[in-house]
Amino acid sequence: MAVVTVERKPLSFLERTYLPNIAAGLATTFKRMVQPVETLEYPEQRPAIPAGYRGVPTLVYDPNGREKCVSCQLCEFVCPPKAIRITPGEIAHDDANAHVEKRPEEFKIDMLRCIYCGLCQEVCPEEAIWLQNQYSMTGYTREEMVNDKKRLYELGGTLPDSHFKWDKKAAAEKAAHAGGHH
Amino acid sequence: MIAAPKPDLVTVNIDGVDIAVPKGTNVIEAAKQLQKDVPHYCYHPKLTVAGNCRMCMVEMGMPAVDPATKAPVMDAATGKQKINWIPRPQIGCGTTVAPGMHIKTSSPMVKDAREGVMEFLLVNHPLDCPICDQAGECKLQEQATGYGRGYSRFIEEKNVKPKRTQLGPRVTLDDERCILCSRCVRFSKEIAQDDVLGFVDRGSYSTLTCHPGKKLENNYSLNTVDICPVGALTSTDFRFKMRVWFLKQTNTIDIESSAGVNAVIWSREGVIYRLTPRRNDEVNDTWMADSGRLLYKQVAAPDRLAAVIVNGAASSLDIALNAAAELLKSGSVAIVGSGRASVEEQFLLKNLADQLGVNASLVARTGQGDKLLISSDRNPNVRGALVTGLVSALPAAQLAQLAADIDSGKVKTVLSHGEDLAAAGLTAAQLAKVAIIYLGTHANATSAAAKVVLPTLHTFEKAGTFVNQQFRIQKFAAAVPGPQGSSNDLVVLAKLLGPAAPASDVHGLWPALAAAVPALATMLYKNIPETGLLLDSTPWAGLPFVEGESLKYKPAAAA
Repeated sequence: MAVVTVERKPLSFLERTYLPNIAAGLATTFKRMVQPVETLEYPEQRPAIPAGYRGVPTLVYDPNGREKCVSCQLCEFVCPPKAIRITPGEIAHDDANAHVEKRPEEFKIDMLRCIYCGLCQEVCPEEAIWLQNQYSMTGYTREEMVNDKKRLYELGGTLPDSHFKWDKKAAAEKAAHAGGHH
Repeated sequence: MIAAPKPDLVTVNIDGVDIAVPKGTNVIEAAKQLQKDVPHYCYHPKLTVAGNCRMCMVEMGMPAVDPATKAPVMDAATGKQKINWIPRPQIGCGTTVAPGMHIKTSSPMVKDAREGVMEFLLVNHPLDCPICDQAGECKLQEQATGYGRGYSRFIEEKNVKPKRTQLGPRVTLDDERCILCSRCVRFSKEIAQDDVLGFVDRGSYSTLTCHPGKKLENNYSLNTVDICPVGALTSTDFRFKMRVWFLKQTNTIDIESSAGVNAVIWSREGVIYRLTPRRNDEVNDTWMADSGRLLYKQVAAPDRLAAVIVNGAASSLDIALNAAAELLKSGSVAIVGSGRASVEEQFLLKNLADQLGVNASLVARTGQGDKLLISSDRNPNVRGALVTGLVSALPAAQLAQLAADIDSGKVKTVLSHGEDLAAAGLTAAQLAKVAIIYLGTHANATSAAAKVVLPTLHTFEKAGTFVNQQFRIQKFAAAVPGPQGSSNDLVVLAKLLGPAAPASDVHGLWPALAAAVPALATMLYKNIPETGLLLDSTPWAGLPFVEGESLKYKPAAAA
C-alpha cells in the first residue's frame, strides 16, 4: 500500500495563544448562567409524572375501604416475567365483605422481575391492580424487593370506583332477604 | 345411556357427510364421530337423556316419500331424493338416528336457536367468573364465546339465591350459578343410587336442593362436581385453592382398590391440588369414589419419610445401600413385597428374591366392596404380583409363616417393600429380633424398628403399571417430584440387585420384563394405551379372588 505523507499546517499566531477558543468557551458558560435551569436536584426535587405513567404495580381499595382484588389470578397468569405470586383465600362468613367470597391470602410482586409492562392492570376484571406514579424501588436485599400484600396496599391506597359491582350485589341480597325483589 | 355398539348400523347424513353409526346412537354422539361439536349442558354420555337445557339444537330432515304410493320424491334440480326439513330445530341429545336422516349442526337457524338459549341461561347467571372455581373449565363460559352476545339486554334485577350451601361434607353449592341441567340429580339417582338431590319451586325461583334432613354424603358425591357444567357444585376441598389453568394434568390410577379407576392428577410446581376421574369406558366410565380423590394428601403428609437412616442415625444413600447389601448377603432373608407396588417394582423384587433363593410374601388388604368402583381387594396390584411371579397364591392379611420363622430363628433379616409388618401381625418383640430393611414412603412401626430405612416414592411421584381386577394392565405417570432425600423404588431395588439388575427405570426395564414374564411378552411400556390392555388371565383362573361384582367387573364364578 502506498504511503501518502501529509504536511501538518503550522498554527497561526492567534491559534498559538489559545485566546479565541477560551473566549468562545467562556461565552457559552456565561450564556448558560443566565438561562433557566433544565435539570432537577434529584432526589430533593422530583419530576412531575405524566398521566398514564406506568410505575410500580400496586393494589387498591375502593372508596368504601373494600380490598378490590378477589384473587382471580389472571394477572399472575398474564405476567410475562412471572413476577406475581398469589395465594388465594376465602373471606370468612362473618366478614362485612362475605358476599365477595374470595380475596388474596397473600399477594407478592417481585420487583426484580417486574418489567412495568402494565398487562396486569389491563387484564384485571376488578380494576384492583394499578401501575401508579411510584417509580423508584430500592432495597438492600432481594427479599426487600418483593412487595407483599401489606406493602402493595400501602403503595396503592384508594382509587375512585365507577361500578360498585359488589355493593350492588350486597344490596340485592339484602333486598331479597327483606322480601322485596324475588 | 348409549346402547352398546351393535352390528346393525344406520347411515345418517350430518352436514353433507354420510356416516354409519350403531342403531340407537343419538345425534350428539353421531356428530362427535365426525368431529362436529354439538354444544350441550344437560346431556351426559353416561346418564339418561333429560333434554331440558335446549342447547343441543340441530336442524333435522327425512327423505321425502309420496304419502300415497310410498315412492321416493325426487328433487328435479339435484336428481337426488328430496329432504323434508322440519321447520323448527330439534334437540340432538333426545333424537336417535334413523336411516337416511339428514342433520345440520351449524345452519343459521341452529346458530339462532343456540344464541337464544344462551341469552336465557345468562339472564340470571351471576358475574362470578373472577371468583368462580369453574372458570377455565366452564361450559357456559366456553359457549358464551361462541353463542353469547357480549352484553346483556336484561335490565331487571338478577335473581338472588343461596350462595354457599353445604350439601354434604365435601360439596358446596352456589345456587345462583346453577342452570338447572339436572345432571347431578340424575347422577345421584342412577349411578350413586342415593336419590337426595332435586329441584324445588318454579320458574326462575327453581332451586337445586337436598331432600330435607338428608345430605349429599355418599362416597361418590364429588362426581356431581365433575359433571356440573357450571360452577354451581364445587368441591369444598378444592374451593378457592387454585385456578385450573395453572394446573398440569398427569394420568394416574386410583390406588385405593383393585378396581383400577383411571384418574388425573392436577398439580402445579410440585404441589398436587386435586384428583379427578378420567374416562375409561372399560373400567370406570367417568366416575371415581371420593375416598380415592383425597389420597393425594398422602404425598405431602407430615409423616413422610425423607431421611435415609442406618442403625437409627441419618446416613447417605450409598452407605445405606451397602449396609442393606451386607445384611442380605448374610443369608436367612425373608422378603415382604407389596400389592401397592408397581409391576416393575414387583419384577425387580422377584429378581432379588430369586437371587437370594427365597420366596416373597404379600400382605392382603380387604374391605367391603361397594359394588361400584371400590372392590373388596384394597391393594391396587395383587394381580401384578401374580403376573410377575413374585407370589403364586393369593396373599393373607397376616404374615403367620414369617412370624413363625422369626420365632424359630429361621429368618434373621426382613426386607419390607412399603409394608408395615406390625400391621400385618408381627409383634414388637418379633420386629426387634430381626434386622429390617424398610423401603417405604411413610413412617410406621416397621420404619421405627428398621435397621436400614430407604425413603422411596409415592405412586403419584413415579411411573409404572398396575394390573387391576379385570387383569387389565394400566400405566401411570409421575406428576410431582418426590421429597428431597427419597429415591425411586426401582433405583433402590436395582442397586440391591447389583450387576444382575436389568435396568433401574421403567422404560429400560420393560424389554427384560417382557422377556421374562409370559403374560407381558410382546408389550412395551410406551405401547400400553392410556385405557390399558387386557392380559390373558387363564393361568390364574382357579384362584379364589376376593372381589365381588362391580361396575365393570364380574367375578369368574358369576360370569
